[in-house]
Amino acid sequence: MTEPRITPYSAARGLGAAGHAASHWWVQRVSAIALVPLILWLGWALAGGSATDHEALTLWLEAPINLILMILLLIAAFHHAALGLQAIAEDYIHSRARFAVIACIQLACVAGGATGIVATLLIALKA
Amino acid sequence: MKYPRPQSPNMQNYRPQLTSAMSFGHRLSGVALSLLAFGLAAWLVAGAAGPVAFDYAQAAMHSIAGRMILVLASWAVFYHLCNGIRHLIWDSVHAFELRNIYAGGWAVVVTSLVLTCALWAWVLI
Repeated sequence: MTEPRITPYSAARGLGAAGHAASHWWVQRVSAIALVPLILWLGWALAGGSATDHEALTLWLEAPINLILMILLLIAAFHHAALGLQAIAEDYIHSRARFAVIACIQLACVAGGATGIVATLLIALKA
Repeated sequence: MKYPRPQSPNMQNYRPQLTSAMSFGHRLSGVALSLLAFGLAAWLVAGAAGPVAFDYAQAAMHSIAGRMILVLASWAVFYHLCNGIRHLIWDSVHAFELRNIYAGGWAVVVTSLVLTCALWAWVLI
């Protein structure tokens, strides 16, 4: 992550730090590319009956490959969701509430991702 | 130095068209999929809590409302996936002529519907 950079232009316009937009754009694309195989894997597994009951779920996530892919999916999905929801908030919320909403989006997505990862590990390692 | 400025997006200025409807659909499905991500996390928490909690989660998903949500969610997945790939192709500066933008748009709509039908045909048959 690069340090926030106040260009003379952005300082004069009162728009604050510049330099994060390109990073946001890039990470959104990288997480999107990661999610293509990951979401196909999840859909394939769930539609194929890998987790129809608790026993099947445990067997499925016990396999290291499935454990790793589920954790990667949770990281990529919640990161991608945070970036996308932030872009929507930036476009549609013009009041000062925008910053509070963006902070809530980021906090909720980190919390959701962390919760999902811990739950996945508990399923895989508890059995 | 605050004075009224035009603020994007100026939706009301546009006649409805495939391109704008699909752009809105991408955002709408994106919001729905964000909620689905929290649903996935909750489903995993139910799994971690044990067989009883997981049975409740599975029963909720097999209810009428649960099934309807899953069908819509699967369409949102396929739509956002196909349209996301369309966006990535544009990002690589390909297929960005108006003709290809419309051809790709219809391809995304049809492909996402076909994949949704195929998925549920596979699950239910």
